[in-house]
Amino acid sequence: MSILQVRDLTKSFGGVQAVRGVSFEVGAGELLALIGPNGAGKTTCFNMLNGQIRPDRGSVTLEGRDLTGLSPRRIWRMGVGRTFQITATYASMTVRENVQMVLLSRHRRLFDLWRPAASEYVDEALDLLEQVGMRPQADRPCGVLAYGDVKRVELAMALASEPRLLLMDEPTAGMAPKERIELMALTAELVRRRGVAVLFTEHDMDVVFAHAHRIIVLSRGALIASGPPPVVRDDPDVQEVYLGSGAMFAKEGAA
Amino acid sequence: MTAAMTGHRTATVTGTGPGTGAGALLEVSELDAWYGRARILNQVDLAVARGEVVALLGRNGAGKSTTFRAIAGLVEQRSGRVSFAGTDVSRRASYEIARLGLGYVPEDRRIFTDLTVMENLEVGRQAPRNGAPSWTPERLFTLFPNLAEMRNRPGGRMSGGEQQMLTIARTLMGNPLLILLDEPSEGLAPRIVEMMANAILELKKEGLTVVLSEQNLHFAALVSDRAVIIETGAIRYRGTMAELAADEEVRRAYLTM
Amino acid sequence: MGFLVAQFLSGLAHASSLFLVAAGLSIIFGVTRIVNFAHGSFYMLGAFVAYSLADRLSGALGFWGAVAGAAVFAGLLGVAVEVLLLRRLYRSPELFQLLATFGLVLVVQDLALAIWGPEDLLGPRAPGLEGIVRILGRPFPQYDLLLIALGPAVLGLLWLLFHRTRWGILVRAATEDREMTGALGVKQTRLFTSVLFLGTALAGLAGALQVPREAANLQMDINIVVEAFVVVVIGGMGSVAGAFLASLLIGQLQAFGILIFPQVTLVLVFLVMALVLVVRPYGLLGRPQAVPRAGHAPETPIAPASQGARIAWAAALAVLLALPLAVGDYALVVLTEVFVLALFASSLHFAMGPGGMVSFGHAAYFGLGAYGAGLLMKHLGAGMVPGLIAAPLAAGLGALVFGWFCVRLSGVYLAMLTLAFAQIVWSVAFQWYSVTGGDNGILGVWPAAWAAPKWAFYYLSLVLAGGGIYLLRRVIFSPFGYALRAGRDSPLRSDAIGIPVKRHQWAAFTLSGAAAGLAGGLYAYSKGSVFPNLISISTSVDALVMVLLGGVQTLTGPIVGAAVFHGLETEMVRHTDYWRLLLGVAIIAMVLVFPQGVVGALERLRPRRPGQAREEAVAR
Repeated sequence: MSILQVRDLTKSFGGVQAVRGVSFEVGAGELLALIGPNGAGKTTCFNMLNGQIRPDRGSVTLEGRDLTGLSPRRIWRMGVGRTFQITATYASMTVRENVQMVLLSRHRRLFDLWRPAASEYVDEALDLLEQVGMRPQADRPCGVLAYGDVKRVELAMALASEPRLLLMDEPTAGMAPKERIELMALTAELVRRRGVAVLFTEHDMDVVFAHAHRIIVLSRGALIASGPPPVVRDDPDVQEVYLGSGAMFAKEGAA
Repeated sequence: MTAAMTGHRTATVTGTGPGTGAGALLEVSELDAWYGRARILNQVDLAVARGEVVALLGRNGAGKSTTFRAIAGLVEQRSGRVSFAGTDVSRRASYEIARLGLGYVPEDRRIFTDLTVMENLEVGRQAPRNGAPSWTPERLFTLFPNLAEMRNRPGGRMSGGEQQMLTIARTLMGNPLLILLDEPSEGLAPRIVEMMANAILELKKEGLTVVLSEQNLHFAALVSDRAVIIETGAIRYRGTMAELAADEEVRRAYLTM
Repeated sequence: MGFLVAQFLSGLAHASSLFLVAAGLSIIFGVTRIVNFAHGSFYMLGAFVAYSLADRLSGALGFWGAVAGAAVFAGLLGVAVEVLLLRRLYRSPELFQLLATFGLVLVVQDLALAIWGPEDLLGPRAPGLEGIVRILGRPFPQYDLLLIALGPAVLGLLWLLFHRTRWGILVRAATEDREMTGALGVKQTRLFTSVLFLGTALAGLAGALQVPREAANLQMDINIVVEAFVVVVIGGMGSVAGAFLASLLIGQLQAFGILIFPQVTLVLVFLVMALVLVVRPYGLLGRPQAVPRAGHAPETPIAPASQGARIAWAAALAVLLALPLAVGDYALVVLTEVFVLALFASSLHFAMGPGGMVSFGHAAYFGLGAYGAGLLMKHLGAGMVPGLIAAPLAAGLGALVFGWFCVRLSGVYLAMLTLAFAQIVWSVAFQWYSVTGGDNGILGVWPAAWAAPKWAFYYLSLVLAGGGIYLLRRVIFSPFGYALRAGRDSPLRSDAIGIPVKRHQWAAFTLSGAAAGLAGGLYAYSKGSVFPNLISISTSVDALVMVLLGGVQTLTGPIVGAAVFHGLETEMVRHTDYWRLLLGVAIIAMVLVFPQGVVGALERLRPRRPGQAREEAVAR
C-alpha cells in the first residue's frame, strides 16, 4: 500500500514548463530517490509536495487524503515532515528545545502564554534525541553544534511530528562521505521501524545507490526513468543527461 | 554504524611527496583562526609547490573553508604565517592578497546575480602577471563553452553548474598564480562534475597551481596530485593520492566507512 | 486645466530635488548597507553653505559657484564621515548604524544652530532664472523648469556611470557582495569613500538648489530625510531607478494631495507607502535584501533566573518598596519615571529581541497610550483608572492595525514602516487641533486623589510597570514566546513545523504596543500633561538607546538601560543648552565603543573555548 501518490503533477513559470506530468508513488518504509540535472525541476517538484508551490495540474494524495494546493502548515499537520538542504534549526535554543518546539506545535500549544515551554514534553524530546544519538548533547545550544550533529537534530525534529511521509532535500549535502553513509543508514533504520515513506533528492550517487530502494529521474521537468538502482544506473538516457561516464561515483554500489 | 574511529591523533601522518621546503609557492605555517570565541584552526601547516594540484579533504566543519578564507585574508581573527610567492601575506587585506595573484573561489559560488556574465568577469579583471597564465573572456569561453552563449545574461538566471563555471572564470580573470577552490563539485550533477574535473586538468596543464577542498573523493582523486586531510581544525594526514589510496587505515579513520 | 498643469509641473520640480536626495541615500545604502539617517543633514548643510557662499561671491557665477561649492563641501564632509565614523560600523548590527547616524543628526543640528542661528535664511534667486513663464496662461517659475530637467538628467548620468564605467560595475558588485568584491582584488575602502562622496554631494546639491525656493532652516534635515526614506522604501532600497519612480509618485501626491487634504499630505504619503509595501514588500524595483554575511554570534539560549538572580531581584524589590520611607519626593519622581521607561523599553525589547522586529517608531504606542488616557479625560472627563485601562487598549488597537502591515516586512523595511506609522500618529496629534489640542497638548491629566501623593503614584507605577515587565517575561518563556523566537531564528523551518509565524509576530507586536501604551498612560499621569513630542522620532530613539544600552540579547537589559539612560538624561538637560550635541556624541560613542552591542562586548571579554568547530554556523 503506497503512502504517497503523485498523479500528473504539472507546473509552469512564465510559460516555461518546469514540471510536466510527473507521477509516482512511495510506499511505507521505502526510500525513493529523486535525481536529475541542476534545474531539471526537482526543487519545484518538492515544493509542490510540501505546499510551497501550488501545482497547475495534477494531484498529491497522502494515504488517500488529497493534499493538492494546501498550505505548508496544513500539509505538515496531515503528516508530511521535511528536512532542509541548508540546515535550519533554532540557533538560540538548546538541542532539546528545538525538538520540544516541534512537539509544542504538534500538540497545538503555540498560543499558550503562561506555562514555561522548556518543561513541556521533556521525556518525549529526550527519547527522540536518544534515537538519533544526540541525547548527550541535549542541553547544548544548537548554534554551536558540529554540522553532522545538526543534521541529526533535524532528523529528530522531522520525526517528532510523527510524519507518514518524510521529504528530504539533499539530506547529506556538505557532509563527509563517512557521515553521509551513517546518516542515511540511521534514516533508513528509523523509517523502516516506523513505516514512514521517504522521498529524497541527492547528488551523491554513492548515497543514492547504497540507500535508495527505488530511483526516479527527472530531466527538463519530465520523468525519464524509474526503477531499482542497477536499472537506473545502466540506463543510457540517464547516463547521457545526468550520470556521465560514471567516474564520479563508486562502481556497483561499493561505498 | 560501526566505523572504527581511531580517535583524535595528535601527530600528523605524513606520506612523502613534493610540496614541502624551498620553492613552495604557498607556504602556511602555524595558522590559527577564530570566529568569535570558537577556535576553528589549530596550527595548520601547508606547503604547495608551483604547478601542483592539492586536495584538502575532511568533513564539513573540519576547517577546510576556514583554511581557505584565512589564507585569502577573509578571517579577521587569525595568526600564524602565510607566505605567497615570497611575500608575507599573513597580515594583508584580502584585496592585497588577490592582487598578488592568489585567487579565491568560495564554496557557495557568490556570483553577482545582478551583473551579466561579462560584468562579473570585469569585476575579477586584473593586469597580466608574470609567470601566470593570462586570461581573456574569449579564452575563458573556450575553457567553459557554456558561458559563451550567455554573455549578457544576469548571473541570477543561470543554473548551478553554469554559476560554478562563472565563479571560477571570474577569479581566473585576475590572472592568478594559484587558486583556492572551495568545494567545486558541491551540489552539481555527476555529469557537470566531470566537466569541472576536465576544466581543472586543463588549468593544471596551463601551469596554474590549484588547492581545492572536496567531499567527493572520486573527483579529488581524478584531479589532484596530493591530499591533505584536516579534522577539527588540524592537519591529520598528508601524502600523494596514490599513497592515500593505499592507506586503508587513514581512509577508514577520516574518509569512508 | 492650466492650474492642474502648473500643479503637475510643480510636483515634477519637487520630485527632482527629492530624487537627488533619495538617489544619494539609495546609492549609499546599496554599497555600505547603512541607512544613513544623517543624509538629510547633508541636504540642510548644502542649503546653509550655499546661502553663505552666495552671500560672499557675486554675480551670476557667484550663485552657481555657491551651488557647486556647497555640493563639493557636502561631498567632502561625507568623505570625512565615512573615514571617521561609518567605516567603523560596517560590521555592526544595522540598528547600531541607524542610531549612530541619528547621533550625527543631533550633532549637526546643534552645530548648525551655533553657526547660522535659529532664524530662517532666505537666499538669492538664481541669476537669469528669476522670471516666470506662462504655461496655459498660468505663471510658472523658470527656475522650476530647470529642476524638472535636472531629475531625468541626473538619472541618465547615474545610469551611464553604473553601467558603462568600471567604477560603476565595481560599485554594483560591492552592492551585492562586499566581501567577494574584495576577494577579487578590489580595494573596498576607496570604493566606499567615493560612493559616500557621490551620495552626499547629491544631497548637498539638492539642498543648495533649494535655496532660491525656500528659506534654509533647521528643520530641513529631518523633513527631507523622512521623505527620502519613504521614496527609497517605495522605490526599493538600493535601486536608483526605483527612487526616480517613487519621487515622481510622491511629488505628484504632494502637489495634488495638498489641494484635497492640506492638513494630512504627510499621512497620505505614508499611507501610499504602506500600501505599496503590502503589495510589493521590497518596493517597486527592489529585491529581497541579502542576508548580511558578517554574522553575529548566535544568541545563547534563555534560561529561567537562577537562585542567586531570584534573590537579587527580591532584594532589589524590597529596597524599592522601602525607599519612600527614606528619600524625598524628587527622587521618587525620578524613579517613577524610570519604572515607566523600563516598561516602555521592555515592550520595545519584546518586539526587537524575541520578536526580531526592530521598531523605529515605538513612540507611536507610547504616545497612543498617553493620548488615550488624555483624550478620555479631556472629552469625557474620565478619571485615572479608566484612563489607565484605556491606555494599553488604545495603543494595543493601534499596534493591531499597524502591526498587520509591519509583520509583512522584515529588517530595515520593517523599521522604516514603523517609523512611518509613528510619523502618521505624530502628525495627527500635531495637526488635529480640535481634538488633540495640537502642540498645546492636553493639560491637567492628573492622577486620582488616592494616587496623587508622590509616594502613592510611585507604588502604583512600581506595581503596574513591574507587573507589565513580569508578564512580558513570562510570555517570553511560554510556548508562545518560544514560537516567536523560532519564527525569528528560522522562518522557513517554523513554517514547516506548523508555526504561523506572521500571526505570532502580529500578536507579539500588538502585545508590545499595549505594554508601551500602559507605560505611556502612566507617563501622562506622572507629568499631568500630554504633548505631541511624546510621539516624535527622538522618543523612539530614546527607547532604542535604552534597549541597546542594556543589550538586546539580555532580558534584564531594558530595565538597566532605562535606569542608566534616564539618569544621564536628567543630568545632561540640567547642565547644558546643547543637549542634542551631547546626546548625539554620547550615542555615537556608545555605538563605537560597543560595535557588537554591549552584550557582544561582554562576550569578548570571556575566555575563548578551544577546538570548537562551528565554522559553518558562524561563517554563513
